Amino acid sequence: MSKSNTTRRRFLTGAAATVGAAAATSFIPTRFAIAAKAPVRVGILLPYSGTYAMLGNSITDAMKLRIAQAGGVMGGRAVEYIAIDSEMSVPKAAQNANKLISKENVDFLVGPVHSGIAAVMAKIVGQRKTPIMIVPNAGSNDVTGGLCAPNIFRTSFSNWQAAYPGGTLMAKEGHKTCATISWKYGAGIQMMAAGRESFAKAGGKSVKDILLPFPNVEFQAHLSEIAELKPDAVFAFFSGGGATKFLKDYAAAGLKDKIPLYGPGFLTEGVEKAAGAAAEGIKTTLHYASNLDNPANKAFRAAYKTSTGNDANVFSVQGYDAGSLMLQAMAAVNGDTGATADIIASMEGSVFLDSPRGVWRMSKAHNPIQDIYVRQVAGGEQKLLGVAAPALEDPATGCKAG
Amino acid sequence: MDLTSFLIQTMNGVQYGFLLFLVASGLTLVFGIMGIINLAHGAFYMFGAYLVFWLTNVSGNLFLGILLGLPVMLVIGFVIERFAISFLYNRDHLYQVLLTYGLILILNELQKILWGSDFYSVPIPDILKGSFPLTENQDYPVYRLFISFVCALVALGMYGLISRTKLGMMIRAGASDREMAQTLGIDIGRVFAIVFSFGAALAAFAGMIDAPVSSVYPGMGDQILIVSFVVVVIGGIGSIKGAFIGAMLIGLADTFGKVLMPDLASMAVYGTMALILMWRPQGLFGRA
Repeated sequence: MSKSNTTRRRFLTGAAATVGAAAATSFIPTRFAIAAKAPVRVGILLPYSGTYAMLGNSITDAMKLRIAQAGGVMGGRAVEYIAIDSEMSVPKAAQNANKLISKENVDFLVGPVHSGIAAVMAKIVGQRKTPIMIVPNAGSNDVTGGLCAPNIFRTSFSNWQAAYPGGTLMAKEGHKTCATISWKYGAGIQMMAAGRESFAKAGGKSVKDILLPFPNVEFQAHLSEIAELKPDAVFAFFSGGGATKFLKDYAAAGLKDKIPLYGPGFLTEGVEKAAGAAAEGIKTTLHYASNLDNPANKAFRAAYKTSTGNDANVFSVQGYDAGSLMLQAMAAVNGDTGATADIIASMEGSVFLDSPRGVWRMSKAHNPIQDIYVRQVAGGEQKLLGVAAPALEDPATGCKAG
Repeated sequence: MDLTSFLIQTMNGVQYGFLLFLVASGLTLVFGIMGIINLAHGAFYMFGAYLVFWLTNVSGNLFLGILLGLPVMLVIGFVIERFAISFLYNRDHLYQVLLTYGLILILNELQKILWGSDFYSVPIPDILKGSFPLTENQDYPVYRLFISFVCALVALGMYGLISRTKLGMMIRAGASDREMAQTLGIDIGRVFAIVFSFGAALAAFAGMIDAPVSSVYPGMGDQILIVSFVVVVIGGIGSIKGAFIGAMLIGLADTFGKVLMPDLASMAVYGTMALILMWRPQGLFGRA
């Protein structure tokens, strides 16, 4: 009981601070009482089945936790969740998004995990004034780049952001050549490009770029190739079950001790236990580390563990902050979901002082400006080694709003 | 590509082929002999992996886990055949597709309820833990060799069962002419129940034996199901021999496709299928 009180008090101080910040940047007129105090409708399009079910559940649980901590209300109104399983299906994305937008009339649209689905959703949402879309994971650079729009926000990361510091790190640790390996889809291509970009900038050279068809998990042929090429390091991105299998195959092929593995943090995120010894010692870069030493992170992890029984991961942090983003904006407009322009203005100016990942703020392109950390797997957990890139902002290539 | 790497890649391809065979053989049995398109085959594979994860934890040993898990899958297969599939033998394929698709959803949900949506790993038994150096840089895990060895044993065993035993004869008779076999006093219903539960157990066995290398995660059977259908179609529906050759072809095509023409890797498998079907539309060992 006392624990939840602390979190609530902390939330209130945090909320007060951010509301203050929002109020300072935009004048908020007194609203008419909202005729019917109907619940705010939050549409969710996330995977709840298949390989990425864990991500969908983590995001949803944490977002609901955040809103429950605020008393289950946003701007004085109750919250109603309408969730659809995205099934990670790009062909179904438009239909699912339209269902939430037109049929369910949602005020906020939270999702997705998959970058391909994000592109479809962003194209639909970006052409409209409402709803406000909040991306709690999908890192496609385009979402806050070429496809950026006033009503599209992201609380996670861009692929560029997660991978760019990894290439720098690899060079800094004395490696001159590398091979890159990932899946041939949006996230894989963009992350590998960002890693190569910074590695080349630091004087390194990629000798082989391997892209497997998504979601193929037969790595053996490519591991033999890498063994033959003998690069100094390997820069890799896979996630979920594919990452577990890659790490295990890489270690089983005897490569782990000879050619060190680097990558964006997702390579080792949430798979530490399943991959076991195969993940030990691998250094990655990401906007979160589970043992970040700040009170907000500790309180969040404790509350998340209590309410879900699971340990919080980076996806839950992104979901949690999606909750914070909505709460702050709804508080700023007193629950008036019709005041889209004011909600957007509030979201644009938001600074997150009490995020588990540390302080971050929203960029002009609506992507977090955040610290990227270096983490290493030790004893089945992510250990924080330091900050790889402080307050890193995505270049938002192609975004005219920025 | 020099000779060493050619040999290593061939080994990789054959090893993948063996695993594909294990999954595809059960599919081709059910498909060819019973005429049932079993979309749930991949879900059986996944369910087997989760079962062995759970039972290995309980019993402390992978082999015990597999021994305990197989009867469970046989029973699940039998129950599904008796209470669901058996009503659809005389119906259109569409009904079977709908039913087995429904089974996927049920099994996925069951997996979620029983084990959640986390990823798990299954430890490799101590005696198979090692690896031996292949080249200066690459090691080859003993367990992967073990998988190939077991798959080869299963292939031989199935060949023996189908061609040399009385049950095999009844299965073949039922496959070529159901009514005639019934007239001769073969209880086709029973044979089909056995074949289906055997097929389910084969898929689950593949998931079980693959679990330590691939780890266990939701949806792990989806991809292998699609490739297995390709194998079955290439080999000729219902032919175990065809499934074996088809699995080897696809294993090698996938491996060499990735290495030699990485940009077209995803096409290698389906390109092989298209070529073979242009030449033999009924598959390599299928009856026209």
